[in-house]
Amino acid sequence: MKKSWWKILGLVMVAASIVVGLLGPVPALFLLHETIRNVYFHVPMWSAMFALYFISVVYSIRYLNSGRVNDDLIAVEAVNTGIVFCIIGLLTGMQWANITWGMAWPNDAKTNGSAIATLMYLAYLVLRNALEEEQKRAKISAIYNIFAFPIMIVLMYIMPKMTDSLHPGSGGNGTFGDLDMNNQMRPVFYMAIIGWILIGVWICTLRYRVRLLENKRNLID
Amino acid sequence: MKKIIAILLLFITSNYTFAQNQIEMAADLRSSGKIYVVVLVLLTIFIVLGVFLFMLDRRIKKLEK
Repeated sequence: MKKSWWKILGLVMVAASIVVGLLGPVPALFLLHETIRNVYFHVPMWSAMFALYFISVVYSIRYLNSGRVNDDLIAVEAVNTGIVFCIIGLLTGMQWANITWGMAWPNDAKTNGSAIATLMYLAYLVLRNALEEEQKRAKISAIYNIFAFPIMIVLMYIMPKMTDSLHPGSGGNGTFGDLDMNNQMRPVFYMAIIGWILIGVWICTLRYRVRLLENKRNLID
Repeated sequence: MKKIIAILLLFITSNYTFAQNQIEMAADLRSSGKIYVVVLVLLTIFIVLGVFLFMLDRRIKKLEK
């Protein structure tokens, strides 16, 4: 129980963000109205995905340095968990866009970029399954992962900033600037982000531990 | 001092014009108290999922031993 304080912290933070996020004060914004509250739930999915992909790339680099199989396993489980958050992010984004921007998939730089990034990480998983030999698989997929991560950042965070995008933070306006978020929202928003990142990491560790158990059993068999 | 007063004035007036725009918010849902039902339902779903995750965690721990 002593080691799991951060798991409880993550749960409490997200639970608090649900309560305050639905009941707390928000600015009355044009077009968005009450849907601005989605910021507390849709955006943290992407933060959690980003954190998990970052963990994955760190462990991919570590694998290339150390050659330890466990590092490779953490890298793949982080991507596995990150993709789940990514899919939730895409779905919630489509629902939100449908009602505020008029269509589920507007031709938006950030939306398209995130779709391509998703396909890139799906390709990572397909690539892993395609390679039979274990060491080769770990090495090639680690290198692929190191290339995929910066491309994901460019597609999702840099390209939309350079063109006009419906998302905030594009076309010259600041991300989470005063226009779309006031200071009453900020603490709740950051709390939700940290909470969801902690929960994402927790699920990732669970998957990793199951993977270790499977490996152990395969060795015994 | 003048600057501060000017900024304050600007702030007050900008808030005033903001309120005049009449952006529709879910005030009825809030005043009738029915929003609490939604909060409760979401919280219940989330807490049950959290407990489920903890149970999963414990099961994996048992297997590891």
